[in-house]
Amino acid sequence: MTLKASELSVGDTHTERVVEDLTRTQIVMYAGASGDYNPVHTDEIFTTKVAGYPSVFAHGMLTMGLTGRMLTNYVGDGRLTEFGVRFTSQVFPGDTLDATATVVAVEDGCVELSVSTVNQNGVEVAKGSAKARVD
Amino acid sequence: MAVERFPIEASHIMMFARSVGDYNKIYYDADYAQDSEVGAIVAPPTFVQASAQFDPSYGLRPRPDGKGWMGSGSQPTSAVRAKPQQETTPQKEKASSEGSNRGGGGGGGVLHAEQRYEYHRHPKVGDVLTTTSRPGKTWERQGRRSGKLVFSESVTEYRDQNGELVVTATSVGVRTERAVDQS
Repeated sequence: MTLKASELSVGDTHTERVVEDLTRTQIVMYAGASGDYNPVHTDEIFTTKVAGYPSVFAHGMLTMGLTGRMLTNYVGDGRLTEFGVRFTSQVFPGDTLDATATVVAVEDGCVELSVSTVNQNGVEVAKGSAKARVD
Repeated sequence: MAVERFPIEASHIMMFARSVGDYNKIYYDADYAQDSEVGAIVAPPTFVQASAQFDPSYGLRPRPDGKGWMGSGSQPTSAVRAKPQQETTPQKEKASSEGSNRGGGGGGGVLHAEQRYEYHRHPKVGDVLTTTSRPGKTWERQGRRSGKLVFSESVTEYRDQNGELVVTATSVGVRTERAVDQS
């Protein structure tokens, strides 16, 4: 399950729904696994009464991790050489996210991708790029 | 924030992969992984972020005595808070910087703005990584929804047991003047 340069064209896309109706439980799972226990992600009382947000919200790195799953499913395991995103909007419980990679360039055994993850309202929550080795 | 010993462990990778909804066998099935191109259970692309677990002074984890933590217990925050001050800018700035490593994310907290990884190879089970971090660029701009924004970059190198560079991670944090307006 690896990509072949000869079968890739600029403009090709790969999209996956990486989470549907994000639960607070999944955010808690991410806090526990990553070790980032910032209460704005898991503690509704603190987040609404002290931090001033409408509810807890996802770690940016959870959004990036979800987006990374789309990428590794597309390019294959152990194939990424670069991956970066800007967190352009917050992700809240209940959000549904679709992540898309678009081929920007193919050369010398390497594919360059643009990466975009959007929520159910079409708002981009992460935007970036990636590179991967291809056969 | 240096981590002297970040052992790459199978159960940690399994839990992390689950937390990002990734049930790919490469993250938990050693037999499957052995027969794959990579030849071992490897870390998902954003896994090195979990090196925080091995940072003894990581600020976003409650201390053993629970003191100073921002989260709620019987009250909305268990942190000992200074008496309310007049909302003058210098004092707000001071409060912000004191809270910067202890989470919060709200008025004057630090949010994660950007993250970039360069993979020299992918960490695999059995590796023991060491990290070193250095500050990168800093810059400011006026935000539309959260006041003045101060961005600062931190570059972390993850090296393996042989001193070889495995992952270079660049993180950009942003300090907001107030909570991000959701309207």
